[in-house]
Amino acid sequence: MSESAITASGLARSFGDNQAVKSVDLAVERGEIYGFLGPNGAGKSTTVRMLCTLLRPTGGTATVAGFDVVEGADDVRLRIGVALQEASLDEKQTGREVLELQGRMYGISGSTLSNRITEVVDFVDIGGAIDDFVGTYSGGMKRRVDLATALLHEPEVLFLDEPTTGLDPASRAKVWEEVRRLNTELDITIFLTTQYLEEADALAGRVGIIDDGLIVAEGSPVDLKRNVGADLIVATVNAAPNELASVSDAVRRLAQVTDVSVHNNEVTVSATDGAAVVNDFVVALNAGGLRADTLTLRTPTLDDVFLQVTGQRLVVDDGNSDGEAAA
Amino acid sequence: MSLAQPSGFLKDLMTVARRAVRTLPREPEAIIPAMLIPMFFFAVNIGALQDVAESQGPPDFDFKAFQLPVAIIFAVTGVSRANTLVTDIQTGYLDKMLITPVKRSALLLGMMIADIVLVLGLSSLVTVVGFVVGVRFETGILGVLAFLLLSSAWGLAFTGFPYAVALRTGNPAAVNSAFLIFFPFAFLTSAFVPLDGLTSWLRTIARFNPVTYLLEALRSLISEGWVVESLLKGLGAVGGVGLVTFTLAFSALNRRVKTG
Repeated sequence: MSESAITASGLARSFGDNQAVKSVDLAVERGEIYGFLGPNGAGKSTTVRMLCTLLRPTGGTATVAGFDVVEGADDVRLRIGVALQEASLDEKQTGREVLELQGRMYGISGSTLSNRITEVVDFVDIGGAIDDFVGTYSGGMKRRVDLATALLHEPEVLFLDEPTTGLDPASRAKVWEEVRRLNTELDITIFLTTQYLEEADALAGRVGIIDDGLIVAEGSPVDLKRNVGADLIVATVNAAPNELASVSDAVRRLAQVTDVSVHNNEVTVSATDGAAVVNDFVVALNAGGLRADTLTLRTPTLDDVFLQVTGQRLVVDDGNSDGEAAA
Repeated sequence: MSLAQPSGFLKDLMTVARRAVRTLPREPEAIIPAMLIPMFFFAVNIGALQDVAESQGPPDFDFKAFQLPVAIIFAVTGVSRANTLVTDIQTGYLDKMLITPVKRSALLLGMMIADIVLVLGLSSLVTVVGFVVGVRFETGILGVLAFLLLSSAWGLAFTGFPYAVALRTGNPAAVNSAFLIFFPFAFLTSAFVPLDGLTSWLRTIARFNPVTYLLEALRSLISEGWVVESLLKGLGAVGGVGLVTFTLAFSALNRRVKTG
């Protein structure tokens, strides 16, 4: 049995000619919160579905909780909890009935089941609404009950597929708090997919960035950001691409500058000490006959990491946001 | 360490069935028409045809007794949880259940248990209406029991069709269209006139329709007594249809839950 909670080696999945996941390598340690970050369609959900035994890989291998996701699918299922992107529950049952059904499918019954239901209902803070029909629940309530079903059997590894997509900031903050508590209080390994940079930054010990079916960067948020540079100077400059290119070359030669990149009208300068470079940068612009419309000196974010490794900024697709307020 | 442990097939079956049975009274929109349609046809057929049929038929021909099994067929044919299954597929709830270690076959068989409950309820209701209008069983109380069991077995055998369509397509419109297969089964048979009274082309078709043998078996329990040959033929017809539909349904289930 492997010590890692999740491993993957060359994990791939094609649908006909479409390679949804090209090759994913993972090594998630027990007790870790691993953030799987990428835009819509990058292959996050397909990877999760393979790790949860819902989808057979067309290439590579993966283990979860020490068992192969194909050969040991039943063993994997006993040890994982999953809250998929859409909280899908039977609307014609009450929250409690949904939890009872879920518990029995995991072989839990009697007082163990009723005690666990009390615990998870308390944990996700659903209260008396647990005896109402799911059809009467708001989107946020459904997510809570869905999370409760995922936690009921005390899984070793919890998969949260975009747990906050479509939620308002207050509800999002509440989910973050819950995820942290799950990890620290219950010591559950959490594999969290998200398209929100700040979510990965706030929650994950390590982040894997997936783009077009491949992991393009991996590390702790701090390390990933450090790789971009200690400081960033971001300037918007209204100029033709060739003018920007020649100024970039000049800026690249400045002391302490580690990288310069240009995307549309945005020039990003990575530097070990931004404050020391900013003056020389403006001078270099002026020397090229250009001026900055805006100029910002800041430390890197995961968005900058994403830009560096994929060549584009992360565009968030909220889907059908239900605008749920925190309950 | 996870609390989860594999539970046996029977426990899984009961778990899934419990949910399906519990949902039955919560779907009056599905159950009320299933109750009213057979009553309607029973009343209309008797109102329209009783006098003609009884004047043309043998001296002791009881058209109400002759029509009761038809009402039963109308009540139980096509009753299924297939629409619930389609909703589960569409909402992703089926996926949620597939992530658990629950036995895959229990997911379908559990729903069928709810179908049996409903079908037994519907056929009992129609039979009671039959009693009210004066139908009596030659075979007594045991015959009534056999009548209900055979009717329910038919209802169950037929459910394989809508489940197969639901699992193949995941499409509610396709499931509703699957109901159309009810019409040839229910009408191209000796539903209204004894087999010998049918025109020759319809008689030929009816001879190949398993419902003909089911109707004869059910009618024999009411009017003739324990006619083993009729009962065996009826059971054979139900078994044959069940074999086909269950093969279709379970191969569709395997395809649906196959993770590739």
